[in-house]
Amino acid sequence: MKYLGIDSVRPRIAVFELTGCEGCELQLANKEETLAAFLDAVEVVNFREISSSSSDDYDIAFVDGAVSRADEVERLEVIREHAKVLVALGSCACFGGVSRLKNAFDLNEANREVYGDRPQETLPVRAVSEVVAVDLEIPGCPVSKDEVERIVQHLIWDVPYHFPAYPVCLECKQRYTVCTYEVGLLCLGPITRAGCNAPCPAGGLGCWGCRGPAVEANAEEFLTTVHERGFTNDEIAERMSFFGGFEGLLP
Amino acid sequence: MLFRILSRDRFRTLVETIMETTEVVAPKKVGVRSDGEPIHQFLPVADFDEMDLAHETTEHSAKTYFLPYRENLSTYAFSDDDWQQEVHYRIQPRAMVGLHACDINALLRLDKVFVRDHFPSPYYVSRRRNTLIIGIDHEPCEGGFCRSLGTDTVTRGFDLYLTDLGDRYFVAVGSDHGFDLLNQVGVAEISDRDTADYLEERKRIAGLFTTEVAVQNLPNLLDIEFESEVWKTWGAKCLGCGSCAMVCPTCYCYGTTERVSMDFSSGSKEKHLYACTVVDFAEVAGGHNFRPDRSTRLKYRYYHQHRGFVEAHDEPKCVGCNRCGRACLTGINPLDVIHDLQAEDEA
Ligand code: SF4
Ligand code: SF4
Ligand code: SF4
Ligand code: SF4
Ligand code: SF4
Repeated sequence: MKYLGIDSVRPRIAVFELTGCEGCELQLANKEETLAAFLDAVEVVNFREISSSSSDDYDIAFVDGAVSRADEVERLEVIREHAKVLVALGSCACFGGVSRLKNAFDLNEANREVYGDRPQETLPVRAVSEVVAVDLEIPGCPVSKDEVERIVQHLIWDVPYHFPAYPVCLECKQRYTVCTYEVGLLCLGPITRAGCNAPCPAGGLGCWGCRGPAVEANAEEFLTTVHERGFTNDEIAERMSFFGGFEGLLP
Repeated sequence: MLFRILSRDRFRTLVETIMETTEVVAPKKVGVRSDGEPIHQFLPVADFDEMDLAHETTEHSAKTYFLPYRENLSTYAFSDDDWQQEVHYRIQPRAMVGLHACDINALLRLDKVFVRDHFPSPYYVSRRRNTLIIGIDHEPCEGGFCRSLGTDTVTRGFDLYLTDLGDRYFVAVGSDHGFDLLNQVGVAEISDRDTADYLEERKRIAGLFTTEVAVQNLPNLLDIEFESEVWKTWGAKCLGCGSCAMVCPTCYCYGTTERVSMDFSSGSKEKHLYACTVVDFAEVAGGHNFRPDRSTRLKYRYYHQHRGFVEAHDEPKCVGCNRCGRACLTGINPLDVIHDLQAEDEA
């Protein structure tokens, strides 16, 4: 395959899952109209959603899911050794995701609640970057395949790609969505990084912050303004904890 | 200016005649706020009754039909060692009905930038030339300060401009296209009574304005108050969300993104409107940010509206619609910001 007359290299990519729902990996196999082109552009050496082959020789490792067990720590360290570029894929890998909610409880109690009298070996949930060095984080629950494609193009051919720095509100405006606050509901859009094209406010749910904080998110003023609108700290903290991306900014 | 009288029935016929051949965009009710107030947007309408010309204002301005939020500027097809570019300008005719005076005055300001300045934009010009504009007089909207800026009336930039006299419209004719349309459906010459009623109605509307901002010496005041604490206070409230510039009828800043298809056979350049209140607006190659803090970013939005544009184009860019004030979740609005600056100046 040539791009602007230059022959391209097909990077070897591998995909691994830790603690998560595998939704982000499924997204990689999604978007059928460009799937063939995507698989032409890269060489998949390790990805159990679409192939049974497996190899330790790869350039880019996509890691999906959070770290919640000792064996995952070991696997991750090995992946880090093999990968030239390690990409944290999705909100679980970037922030810990939904399972990070567990950290607010006593670990043994959480274990009993879920596994009853057959407790499993478990650790407090961590993001991938809290365990090994990460080169790039693609947030989202799930990630958008479109964004993944553009990041792959960026990694391989240096096609410029920038994550939007601004909050979700700008994308709401660009699609004429009536603001969730206009109808009296809570929304994390003003402090959340855009790039998803704001589907949740458009669907009437408000943003849940799956992409984590926008660059220099003004959490202080955000909290003032939602308090003024009558939302309680509990409601706000619950929403902000949902995907684990706002630790340190909670009310 | 040429004036005519159009009956309500004939106005309906006029719009329906346009609809037969042309897309009509008009204020449409899209929802209700939690306080019971309706929300309107300019949207395509398929039927006369879908329009709501009694709208107080629209959340987004008419600008998005001339400077869309996102627009494809060009596409590229790559072959082995060559590439071809294709550019399409939007030339399909469109009619916009129900613009208020501020909306049309805003288009006149955009014309200064995209039609009359050194580098006219063919993307803008083709949309502007091919859009028929029918404006309408109305009672002041909440927080609107157009009267202070002289943008509550308009004498050009439209094809037809209507003032509702109850049983009939008093119509200002702004173009021969508008004149032809009127003649197609049938209009009457104006009588002395029509003129008297029109002037009475204009007086009534003017008397309804309660919001006022003293803008006369604003460019100088802004210079004097460049280091004012007012910017810090209001800047601290800014979320950097860009909503203000999105809904503003005269904000035109944009960024471009190049995209390549996954099979590397084609590419495109896309434009998307941007906002000077966004954190990386003034970030340049190498990573330096000329406006690293919120207060500076917010300040420059006001400077462009009320000072920079005045220097370049002899009038403020702002038309006083208060859309930015209504859209801002933290309550940043031109009335209060300008008022605080003036209070500072007097202190
Ligand atoms: S719905 Fe949420 S993200 Fe959208 S504009 Fe409103 S606050 Fe911002
Ligand atoms: S709107 Fe919010 S919760 Fe929804 S996808 Fe975007 S960032 Fe995630
Ligand atoms: S809408 Fe308000 S908070 Fe958002 S960028 Fe504009 S001034 Fe700042
Ligand atoms: S700056 Fe605000 S008040 Fe002025 S034209 Fe823009 S949206 Fe309207
Ligand atoms: S006020 Fe800001 S966003 Fe609007 S046109 Fe000026 S620089 Fe651009």
